[in-house]
Amino acid sequence: MPDNYLASYLPLLIQFLLVGAIAGGMVTLSWLIGKHKNTAAKLMPYECGMAPVGDARQRFSVKFYLVAMLFILFDVEAIFLYPWAVIFRELKMFGFWEMLIYVLVVLGGFIYVWKKGVLDWSRADSDQIVALPDRAPAGSR
Amino acid sequence: MQPVATSWFFYGLSAVAIVSALMVITRKNPVHSAISLVFTLLSLAGLYLMLYAPFVAGVQIILYVGGIMVLFLFVIMLVNIEHNLREEQFNKQWLVATIATVVLGALFGYVYYHGKGFFPAAVPPTPEQVNTQQIGMSLYTAYMFPFEIASVLLLVAIIGAVVMAKKRI
Amino acid sequence: MPTWAQFVLLSAAKSVVVIIILLTAVAYAVWLERKVVGRMQNRWGPTRVGPFGLLQPLADGIKFILKEDIIPTNVYKPLYIAAPMISVALALMSIAVVPFGEQLRFGSFSTPAQITDVNVALLVLLGVTSVAVYGVALAGWSSNSKYSLLGSLRASAQMVSYEASLGLSLIGVLLLSGSLSLREIVNGQSGTYFGFLPRWNFFPQFIAFFVYLTAAFAETNRIPFDLPEAETELVAGYHTEYSSMKFAMFFMAEYTNMFTVACVGTLLFFGGWHGPALTFLPMVVQSFVPLFWFAFKIFLFLFLYIWIRGTLPRFRYDQLMAFGWKVLLPIALANIVLTSLYIGLTTP
Repeated sequence: MPDNYLASYLPLLIQFLLVGAIAGGMVTLSWLIGKHKNTAAKLMPYECGMAPVGDARQRFSVKFYLVAMLFILFDVEAIFLYPWAVIFRELKMFGFWEMLIYVLVVLGGFIYVWKKGVLDWSRADSDQIVALPDRAPAGSR
Repeated sequence: MQPVATSWFFYGLSAVAIVSALMVITRKNPVHSAISLVFTLLSLAGLYLMLYAPFVAGVQIILYVGGIMVLFLFVIMLVNIEHNLREEQFNKQWLVATIATVVLGALFGYVYYHGKGFFPAAVPPTPEQVNTQQIGMSLYTAYMFPFEIASVLLLVAIIGAVVMAKKRI
Repeated sequence: MPTWAQFVLLSAAKSVVVIIILLTAVAYAVWLERKVVGRMQNRWGPTRVGPFGLLQPLADGIKFILKEDIIPTNVYKPLYIAAPMISVALALMSIAVVPFGEQLRFGSFSTPAQITDVNVALLVLLGVTSVAVYGVALAGWSSNSKYSLLGSLRASAQMVSYEASLGLSLIGVLLLSGSLSLREIVNGQSGTYFGFLPRWNFFPQFIAFFVYLTAAFAETNRIPFDLPEAETELVAGYHTEYSSMKFAMFFMAEYTNMFTVACVGTLLFFGGWHGPALTFLPMVVQSFVPLFWFAFKIFLFLFLYIWIRGTLPRFRYDQLMAFGWKVLLPIALANIVLTSLYIGLTTP
């Protein structure tokens, strides 16, 4: 393997350089060929004809961060499963029990997240950073 | 085909890793820092690849570049950059930092010069064994207990994320 | 010429050929989509440029390049320009590990029908998919427009949510094949079940295939998961502020990603290039028959994409997130447990 190993990844580098050149070429070409007749109105951010108010970058719901964090956790789980799946035929039932414990523990966390309503996007309640009045009736959890 | 110029690839990747790592701490704009960190992580993945560990390289890209850095970017994207640029970039803890650096450097130096027996001797990769299978075999037989502990770690992380992000649990 | 130079030249030539074919195919996928959706909606689709509108992609391409390239005043310029480049470059990157067939023979010269055969090909594909979020996220953020930012936030959250299910859905196939190399996964699917059913992973892993297909549709931001560019709410989502070729690059990236999804689906679930041998053909054509089967299966995948686009309405955002986390993820996990239980019990 060692001889062929590094050689098998070299084409990836070549492909990377090629597609980078293609992407750069496309941007440059359209910049060179396209006309440039700029006016102040044309260069405004598009808001359906309204003059934009304030900066676009505002604080948004914490749920987006939570989803990104959850994704990382499940991605880690999936990554653990890849080498396990590849050698599963050698591990046999031992591997099955081993992974079942692992999956069940993580699944416990998943159920916790589910029960806490992190996965419900339509509920406007205390999850939002902005202080909204609590619309959920008392005792709904 | 015989591998050629591998040392050049190594030095190239190392240079990218070091320079972009320096950029991470010297750029004032946090988005620049985050993107520099992406380049650091990518060149580290390249170095793993050269060490005959393609699985580790893949994990590095999928988890760090595709997962953790996306979360970083999410957070950075929504802070006020103009405000950030006015903040002082380095704090005044240079004394602690220097001590920590010296101790870490001494540790590295000690391991480098006297650490022959610390680690098992490196085993050259064999053609019949693929890195993924090797990692799988040791992770799921020899290091089974740490692997199961990792699930508890993930559980704690999940709960921690929810507790931190929600005002009312 | 030294061996390494030959090697570099050969692989560069392969890359160029594959990229040209892919880009042409992408252009005609757009044509096909417009035609098919047109007929589904009782219209004609493009007819004016060339016979059956066949030159329409060319006309579109020329027009995209000639259009005015607007960079709005308060965008963050370096990232605004880099974002479409990231999208398109990553979309074209993943084709490098996709095998199209066995060996290609031209007289005495023969080469594998693949740019490179790496033994962690599936990880490379997943890695490229996971990095693709940057194009979308940076485009929306750097545009400094409210529609763009909302679109890119939605898109990033959607892509990461479905990526979890996507990653888990492939594990069932790995359990069957025991390898991360796409070539070995395909070779494991040669032969038949019970003498007549092709030994495709689709049959034992149809649940995984359903999860994969759904997650992949969401990853490529296609209907019914095209929330990031829901034009009735967000104008065009994360590429609202993009014009000319930069807009076209996001467009190309989306269609190229559709091809990648089709390739992976074909390789993992439908036996790749395996298909009935067409022995009545002359020997010269014979070596291209696997390529034909591969292309045919990809065509069917793309047709499915278009069909669904012509059929289904768009999800609501909360439905989308709930579906990804509460339906797909548990199904994917259950499939892994069931598959491994079956294999564990039947392996002697």
